[in-house]
Amino acid sequence: MTSRVRRLLGRHELVLLVVTVLLSIVIGALNPAFYSLQNAFDLLKTSVPLGILTIGLLVVLISGGIDISFPAIAVAGMYITCTLAIDVRSLDHLPVLLAISTAIGLALGLFNAVLIHFFRLPALIVTLGTASVIRGALLEFVGTRTITNLPSSIIAFSRTNLFEATLANGASAALTVSILFFAGVAIAVALALRYTVIGRGAYAVGADLAAAERVGFNVRRIHLFVYGLMGALAGLVGIIHASIIRNANPLDLDGLELTVIAAAVIGGASITGGRGTVTGALLGVALMVIMDGSLVLVGLPSQWHQVFIGLVVLVSTSITALRTRSARAGEIAR
Amino acid sequence: MTPRSSDRPFLSLEAIGKSFGGVRALDDVSLDVAAGEIHCLAGENGSGKSTLIKVIAGVHRPDRGSIAIAGQPVASLTPITAVRQGVQVIYQDLSLFPNLTVAENLAINSLLEHRRTFVRWRDVRRTAERALERLRVSIDLDRLVGDLPISEKQLVAIARALLQDARLIVLDEPTTALTGVEVDALFALVRDLQQRGVAILFVTHKMREMLQAADRFTVLRNGRVVESGPAAEFDEARLTHAMTGRAIGESRFAGRVDASASPRLRIRDLTGPILRGVTFDVRPGEIVGLTGLLGAGQGELAARVAGLETRGTGEIAVDGATLPAHTVRAAARAGIGYVPEDRLREGLFLDRSIADNANASSLRALTTGLRLLSTRRMRSQADRWIHDLGVKTPSIDAPVRQLSGGNQQRVVLARVLATRPKVLVLNGPTVGVDVGAKEEIHATIRQLAAGGLAVLIVSDDLPELVQSCGRVIIFRHGRVATELGAATLTGDALQEQLSAAR
Repeated sequence: MTSRVRRLLGRHELVLLVVTVLLSIVIGALNPAFYSLQNAFDLLKTSVPLGILTIGLLVVLISGGIDISFPAIAVAGMYITCTLAIDVRSLDHLPVLLAISTAIGLALGLFNAVLIHFFRLPALIVTLGTASVIRGALLEFVGTRTITNLPSSIIAFSRTNLFEATLANGASAALTVSILFFAGVAIAVALALRYTVIGRGAYAVGADLAAAERVGFNVRRIHLFVYGLMGALAGLVGIIHASIIRNANPLDLDGLELTVIAAAVIGGASITGGRGTVTGALLGVALMVIMDGSLVLVGLPSQWHQVFIGLVVLVSTSITALRTRSARAGEIAR
Repeated sequence: MTPRSSDRPFLSLEAIGKSFGGVRALDDVSLDVAAGEIHCLAGENGSGKSTLIKVIAGVHRPDRGSIAIAGQPVASLTPITAVRQGVQVIYQDLSLFPNLTVAENLAINSLLEHRRTFVRWRDVRRTAERALERLRVSIDLDRLVGDLPISEKQLVAIARALLQDARLIVLDEPTTALTGVEVDALFALVRDLQQRGVAILFVTHKMREMLQAADRFTVLRNGRVVESGPAAEFDEARLTHAMTGRAIGESRFAGRVDASASPRLRIRDLTGPILRGVTFDVRPGEIVGLTGLLGAGQGELAARVAGLETRGTGEIAVDGATLPAHTVRAAARAGIGYVPEDRLREGLFLDRSIADNANASSLRALTTGLRLLSTRRMRSQADRWIHDLGVKTPSIDAPVRQLSGGNQQRVVLARVLATRPKVLVLNGPTVGVDVGAKEEIHATIRQLAAGGLAVLIVSDDLPELVQSCGRVIIFRHGRVATELGAATLTGDALQEQLSAAR
């Protein structure tokens, strides 16, 4: 398996790694607090929702699609589940709530898949539409109030730590248990992409849908899988997000899609499909989180975050576009 | 399996008929392909070749007639049953995945066929190794297919077909993107398959090559078989006549070029990624052919002149005026018109009308005083060019997608000519255009040259070069290797120079 592919992907990931390390060094030099265990744990905590969503979007991008409805889906999963758990106290167990929210997300994701596959509609428009419908319907039929008294199992979850340490200065640093969900999702998706026929099918469909169909891939199943997975992961993230910020706001997570797209694209996923790896996506997430968290540490106002994310998306896609163009210029010149 | 032609055909089509709407695409078509036979299905675009391929592949169900495979009548052929019976169609686009490795592309079918859920990479590798062994070729299994040259991609597609126990391989226009050397290699491979009893159905409109390779010919015209028989009975003239329904003369171009006229196009010391100090002139009325092996420099030269390739040094001048920059814009301003090779991707807006396409490069000239487009002038300009170039269409409002290859090429030509160029660069002007239309396009080019245009034709179609060009420049390793003038320009001489250029 000593292939050019490996070396190529390896190269992109290596560059990312180097950039991330250099950035950490610079930020650490500007503000030594960056190197604290507490900061490291905080960054890991922030990376959980972003990371799980990026892994989900990675699979969508590989298959040549796009989904911008997942923040809406995550909020729907979170808010409906929390509302339900407050009304029906017997449901207030973490596994039950996670299952409900994930199921809501899965259903909404499959709905996207149906529109995209059976009506052959462009995924961008479909998910733009469903996102709006979901958010509007949530406010109209479920509620507009932010739930601050979360179900007790979610509160308990937010206090569960994998690892705790008391620091020299008396403060304590804790690593949230939700990091395990992130790790589990990353490993499962990495394995699925590499070792299952449906995972390879996502790459095939992303490269050439007609050819994939002709070779005998079940494109319908691949579409259902890809958007269903994205939805389900968004549902899961909904509960994790509520546990992190300790409330459930039906207007939350607006604009998160661009951060997630940025993380995936900077991690090497191609916006036109067919390319991307979990390792790359993880590095993309790391870079986004470190950058984001450290703007504050360095003392820059948080609006720079928005500028930065926009630039990341623009620069990354331009690089891909330029690469394709020079390849084409080569073709013309032959 | 029987080597060479056996008595019983592997595939037998009897009186096949197929209509779409009211249009009869196939009418009473019978075709037998024996195991170990190389059968050539020839015909112009629109003759029914593609429909017939799709009938064989099980994609289209014929309205009438019967199909038998290996002597057994097949009631209804579907794509899956066709594959199970050993029929493999390799379409022009090859259906490969550029983002996956050679190994995975080869093994993908067997994964799907066995309805696997998981991928065992060791099996994938073993399958792929076996496939390439069977073809006796070696390609790095770990390379991405997208990084391979087209000839190797084709090998991968053929190897994949063989993996599925192909007993009949249908190759749809397999030589279109190949150079002469690569075509020879492909033919060697096909003959090897033939020795092993695989039946081959070559579908093409390039007859010259097929005359060397095929055992039998079947010629389709307007959905009917017009000729069928052993290759020995055919020569180029007979094939051309069968395909077009008329005799086409091999007229040579006797252009009058005023040797004392100052050059229309002057190229001095062009150097770039491939080119190494290329210098030559083209006079008004002259048609100059550029050829060479793939990547020898002729393509890059055309791209430089058209401003598509901006890297490199040197000087390009039109009518004595040096181009200020090597960009598409500067080239267009100086009066250089470029007709790309891949008209579908680079030259046309397929879903827009013929008129829109024809006017696309000269919109500025069609505006009124207020800088708004004049519909009347747009229509009249489009009408004129469509008429002058003989585009066959019921209306200039029809989308270009509906036209045949030859007519599409004329629309591209119309668009470029509407800019009133002084220099015309044609990259593979008749690639994918059928014989009859080819002749007409050549006639048009000659007529244009007679009007004082300087024309460059990049082509690897030797007969085309011999017929149309007053002079042919042969490239080697980015340099001008040699030049054949009117007196020395023959097909054989060209072939010899090209072989020497290896």
